[in-house]
Amino acid sequence: MSVLDKKAKIRTKNLNLYYGNAHCLCDITMDIPENAITAIIGPSGCGKSSLLRLFNRMNDLIPIARASGEAYLDDFSIYGKDTYVVELRKKIGMVFQKPNVFPMSIRENITLAPRRQGITNKAKLDEIVESTLNQVGLWNDFKDILGKPALNRSAGEQQRLCIARAIAINPDVILMDESCSALDPESTMKVEELMASLAKKYTTIIVTHSMEQARRVSDMSAFIMIDSEERIGRLVEYAPTMEMFSTPKDKRTEDYITGRFG
Amino acid sequence: MKSVKGDFSGKVFFVLALSSILALVVITVFILMKGLPLIAEVGLFKFIFSTTWAPGQGEYGIGAMILGSVIVTLGAAVIGVPIGICCSIFMAEMAPERMRKIFRPAIQLLAGIPSVVYGFWGLVFVVPFIREHLGGSGYSILAGSVVLAIMILPTIISISEVSIIALPRTYKEGALALGMTHWQTIYSVQLPAAKSGIVAAVILGIGRAIGETMAVIMVLGNAVIIPKSIIDPVRTLTTNIGIEMGYATGKHQEALFATGIVLFVVIMALNITAQYITRKKVKK
Ligand SMILES: Nc1ncnc2c1ncn2[C@@H]1O[C@H](COP(=O)(O)OP(=O)(O)O)[C@@H](O)[C@H]1O
Ligand SMILES: [Mg+2]
Repeated sequence: MSVLDKKAKIRTKNLNLYYGNAHCLCDITMDIPENAITAIIGPSGCGKSSLLRLFNRMNDLIPIARASGEAYLDDFSIYGKDTYVVELRKKIGMVFQKPNVFPMSIRENITLAPRRQGITNKAKLDEIVESTLNQVGLWNDFKDILGKPALNRSAGEQQRLCIARAIAINPDVILMDESCSALDPESTMKVEELMASLAKKYTTIIVTHSMEQARRVSDMSAFIMIDSEERIGRLVEYAPTMEMFSTPKDKRTEDYITGRFG
Repeated sequence: MKSVKGDFSGKVFFVLALSSILALVVITVFILMKGLPLIAEVGLFKFIFSTTWAPGQGEYGIGAMILGSVIVTLGAAVIGVPIGICCSIFMAEMAPERMRKIFRPAIQLLAGIPSVVYGFWGLVFVVPFIREHLGGSGYSILAGSVVLAIMILPTIISISEVSIIALPRTYKEGALALGMTHWQTIYSVQLPAAKSGIVAAVILGIGRAIGETMAVIMVLGNAVIIPKSIIDPVRTLTTNIGIEMGYATGKHQEALFATGIVLFVVIMALNITAQYITRKKVKK
């Protein structure tokens, strides 16, 4: 089945983002396929992170940020008037650029959010810990040190723990913002493998500055660039990764992926 | 650093800095010299645990005053700590920027009010209020604790607030991204992460409360008794010194210095603990 035949999990229509008076992203319209990996690529500062944060409304934290346009998770309007952003974020997990494990034990890092959602049964929580750590390939390393501080682990392990923490609340979508950029090559490889396996279950959207990574792991690619006159970020090209990297339709995309730019 | 001895202004500052340390040493040595002989004579155990304070008869036991200090301070903590921590959470996480700009200097101002003014306020409002609504003379543990609670608020609020604000933004973002509410984020991620700073804030606040003299002299009633309820009067270590220093001579005066040593040690211990806690966190 081609990635284009997949059901759209997230749809955006003319989504705009402003930081104060600065128009950061203009008219982003894209359908993000379910259970696939979509990569957002583009030069630094073009608005990749900003776009990613539009999906789970993390930009709400920035007082001057303002979004307009439409975005849907299935039929659920992300920017609807009655949307409860907490419910939205339970459906859309996020992994950040730098591992941001909480200063508590490994186990608590994973169980914190489920507990806040009302899961108090110890057996159930144990099961969540084991299954999420299994999914990120850390169960064997961590099973005897679950009570130890998460901050003592290596960056690669911490980042995978962050992924485990994100899937512990059983989201539909996982957002990853340059989640490998703080990791060594070996950990990067592990996380990339992880992305591939998670994509079977979760709709995954990654931001990456590495075209190699986009090419290696993603099914769809979105290329964003700031146009030189207006200084506004636009979606230049959005296509299956294979197509974009073999036969880019836009000259700017071609320049970028062949390294003639940025 | 290297140039400290090099140029003239460097030398001046060095001498000035040295003189402040010297002052600390001189005061410490002076208090110890004046107080230690009496403690040695009475015996440390008896001095601290005896509840008979009768300088006229040569009885020097500060047990009742230690108890008084502990109770009044605990009372201040019970009232002041929750309020202070809530204020700091509000300031760090909830207040809009404009409100913060008013609150922060206001709280600093609170710290700058002379303690005699707090005492006067306690005397005019708190004491009569307790007398009318709870009975007794109004001069009481409760009055002292209320006044002290307000006095330690600035310490607790500002240090706790800083320790919450200083947390990496990524903790908060991470928690919110997990679908936690703002309030859940605060109490299950931010507060635990800022715990050491908040504990230090509480310890420093308690240190301030134990050391406070003027404000509590005016509202505590100052009777050297073992109190039976929180509306009984009581005397603390500081008020004991403050009240009797004016006329004490000889052994009596030495006993007051000895009381000072006990205070000195307790407050030093609290401050060192607070510093240790915050330092340990920085190292991590
Ligand atoms: N909190 C913010 N306030 C104001 N401007 C911001 C903020 N975050 C990002 N921007 C601006 O938005 C643009 C896109 O930033 P970002 O999304 O971080 O780009 P990328 O992730 O592609 O490097 C940049 O010009 C940046 O300066
Ligand atoms: Mg970015």
